[in-house]
Amino acid sequence: MTDHGAVPEFDDAEHPAEPTPDADAPSPEPEAGDEDRDPEPDTGTDEATERASTGADAVVAALSTAGVETVFGVQGGAIMPVYDALYDADDVSHVTMAHEQGAAHAADAYGAVTGDPGVCMATSGPGATNLVTGIADADMDSEPVVALTGQVPSDLVGNDAFQETDTVGVTTPITKSNTFASSADEVGDDVSTAFALANDGRQGPTLVDLPKDVTTTETTVDPSEPVVPDTVSVQERADDDAVEGAADAVAGADRPVILAGGGVVKGGATDELRAFAREHEIPVATTMPGIGAFPEDHDLALEMAGMHGTGYANMATTMTDCLLAVGTRFDDRLTGGVDSFAPDATVVHVDIDPAEISKNVEADHPLVGDASTVLDQLAAAMDASPDTDEWVGQCADWKTEYPMDYAVPAADSDEGDGAPDASAFPDDEPVKPQFVVEAVDAATDDDTVVTTGVGQHQMWACQYWTYTEPRTWVSSHGLGAMGYGLPSAIGARVAADDDQSVVCFDGDGSFLMTCQELVVAARENLDVTVFVLNNEAIGMVKQWQDAFFDGRRMASEYPWVPEFDALAEAFGADGFRIESYDDVPDTVEAALATDGPAVVDVYIDPTEEVYPMVPSGGDNGQFALSEGHL
Amino acid sequence: MSGRYDQQGLPGPAPEERQRPRGRRNAQGIRIDPEAEAEHPPRRTVISALVEHEPGVLARVSGLFSRRQFNIESLTVADTQNDDWARITVVVEEPDPGIDQVEKQLAKVVPVIHVRELEADALARELVVVKVDADRPEEVHAITEMYGGKTLDAGPRTVTVELTGDEQKIDDAIDAFRQFGIREIARTGQTALARGETKTAVVPDHLK
Ligand SMILES: Cc1ncc(C[n+]2csc(CCOP(=O)(O)OP(=O)(O)O)c2C)c(N)n1
Repeated sequence: MTDHGAVPEFDDAEHPAEPTPDADAPSPEPEAGDEDRDPEPDTGTDEATERASTGADAVVAALSTAGVETVFGVQGGAIMPVYDALYDADDVSHVTMAHEQGAAHAADAYGAVTGDPGVCMATSGPGATNLVTGIADADMDSEPVVALTGQVPSDLVGNDAFQETDTVGVTTPITKSNTFASSADEVGDDVSTAFALANDGRQGPTLVDLPKDVTTTETTVDPSEPVVPDTVSVQERADDDAVEGAADAVAGADRPVILAGGGVVKGGATDELRAFAREHEIPVATTMPGIGAFPEDHDLALEMAGMHGTGYANMATTMTDCLLAVGTRFDDRLTGGVDSFAPDATVVHVDIDPAEISKNVEADHPLVGDASTVLDQLAAAMDASPDTDEWVGQCADWKTEYPMDYAVPAADSDEGDGAPDASAFPDDEPVKPQFVVEAVDAATDDDTVVTTGVGQHQMWACQYWTYTEPRTWVSSHGLGAMGYGLPSAIGARVAADDDQSVVCFDGDGSFLMTCQELVVAARENLDVTVFVLNNEAIGMVKQWQDAFFDGRRMASEYPWVPEFDALAEAFGADGFRIESYDDVPDTVEAALATDGPAVVDVYIDPTEEVYPMVPSGGDNGQFALSEGHL
Repeated sequence: MSGRYDQQGLPGPAPEERQRPRGRRNAQGIRIDPEAEAEHPPRRTVISALVEHEPGVLARVSGLFSRRQFNIESLTVADTQNDDWARITVVVEEPDPGIDQVEKQLAKVVPVIHVRELEADALARELVVVKVDADRPEEVHAITEMYGGKTLDAGPRTVTVELTGDEQKIDDAIDAFRQFGIREIARTGQTALARGETKTAVVPDHLK
């Protein structure tokens, strides 16, 4: 990344000693002349330090005040003053992305891995609209993101000026809060407030729209520390009486289940949740964003519930008489039809957002507050443990009855668990994607961060990787945005510790939506390994067509896909290919060992499908184990 | 992974062989007696929100209503005794869980200071301007008087009157004017305050 303190190799190319007046103007676009009506930047002098402080400097000062280390973005006309101010900021580095969607996803993943807001930056108009998918994604998944967008000068706003889009209007439904900065004196605080709001309570994306006159006007006002506006207040502790009632419900249950949502991970409540489950011997299912909240290799782990959740998680959440749901919004992909969701259960719902209580599933015991605080309260209020021996036994039986055993070609031997043995499989059989996921899991440490695109590969990555740590599963849950995988791996790489590995499981379709970000990984030498589970199709759509549209495969099979290993090489990454079981161990190892970006084109069995499956709106307890059950 | 070699899917008992729960929930996620099947009927009520008077707040609030498919009958906004605040009054028709959602989602909008549902005895008023044919001016006048209204304009072809009152009264008045041939109607939608000592909005001390 561009860190002006460290002077990376690319510095010269990026900052020519004598900028030509036109160097940064948008390339010959019609009417481009109009947009630079504001005074020409003073390009003649070398004494940049004499520049007076502007709104843009206040924006950058607000970034520093908020402790931002990295910004992901793309340059452009209306945001240029802010970039210019970043030029002098030694403590804030910038990763130049290929596309603004990539910047937003990278910022989102940065937020997911660190828990602190990720920052993305784009110019007005197309820059801002390109951020939209990533902002919507962060909004659905409650990821802390601050988006800074350039805007045309205030006096042109409303005139359909060049590259003018009503960014505040466009992003209002997909942000926690957004602001049109109205003056240079206030813009620093606008940005600080955006940080505070992105972080406060239930996290989420915020946006500040920065008209060019505001960022170029002089100001001497320094931004203050991030604080939320007076109108905002978050309840940290749940009502004590409500906690008592909930504790009684849990203690008196015969078949309790904990449902851990993304809020457990975001609220830093993993330890409290694990301790509670172990202490009271309560089986734990997770939502998709809740993956990592509870170690999947633990006896009490039921893993993910919902549409493609495990059979045992869906049996347990269907048959439970007391559901302790923490930090979940009961998305329809989790509940299936609400009429059949945990229909015998008293629901205890812990959430920091009161609006989530009884939104989709009625809470008998609503506990509004921070997940870790409320779980501590609940633990303290438990006078007794429920008697769960029989129930835990029932859950164990379901684990045996509904194993996640995918069909594999006839093997010469199949010994024990641990790393799957590739040499046992016939060479001419296409590789099962689940096998590849397990092989990569076995070859990496527990703290490895996994990112994904959207589709079948994403589900296999949920199902066949054993997650044990929070903030190691980074995916597009609520929005389901294909293309999330690679840019989020970049954001995760920047965010993760140096000794943590970052791998991405992508689909060929998803990868093709944002694969240009490989250039960023190559340029910045980011150590990420992408496994493209290549079935030459947008497989999830194909699976649905086969199941629900009489196999009429309209627009879901690709008659031609590029060679992803060659494509990777062209971008400056290392390319690998897996065509058979034999290739798996060595190729996985070599790709992971690459210092820098690597892409493995994995030719998987194109007929493989994702099961279990609950059709949209269906009954979770009636999950299908194969197409015949649908 | 296992030693299964069959083609697709996963092993395990088929759906019809599994244990089934006894209960059910309704469309609002509320556990119900499967025999009785109670659904909450929609209810009409007035929600009042005190908000910071800043650009875009109305757009935010109305956008929220359409995005979340809240059924609103009317929405009014205007200044209050404090220049920094505006009051938004919304008449909604929703089942109870929906009314709860309206309040909670509104409360999350950053410039919203306070939201509540008003009691049934709240003082809610609406203004309507009605333009009718002027064929029977005396009768129009009489009906206007009867509803405590005022004639704003009386011309050779049209008479335009103004009336205020609660929703029911306005509905009744409009019905009564139909006989004259209504040309156009403009209604403001309801605005309201809580009755007596009851506060319409509770402003936290740090915002006063
Ligand atoms: C941006 C976007 N467009 C379309 C979809 C609809 N969609 C969901 S899954 C899927 C197929 C994904 O294909 P691929 O990335 O190849 O993954 P596979 O299912 O084959 O593993 C599609 C098209 C989506 N989720 N996101």
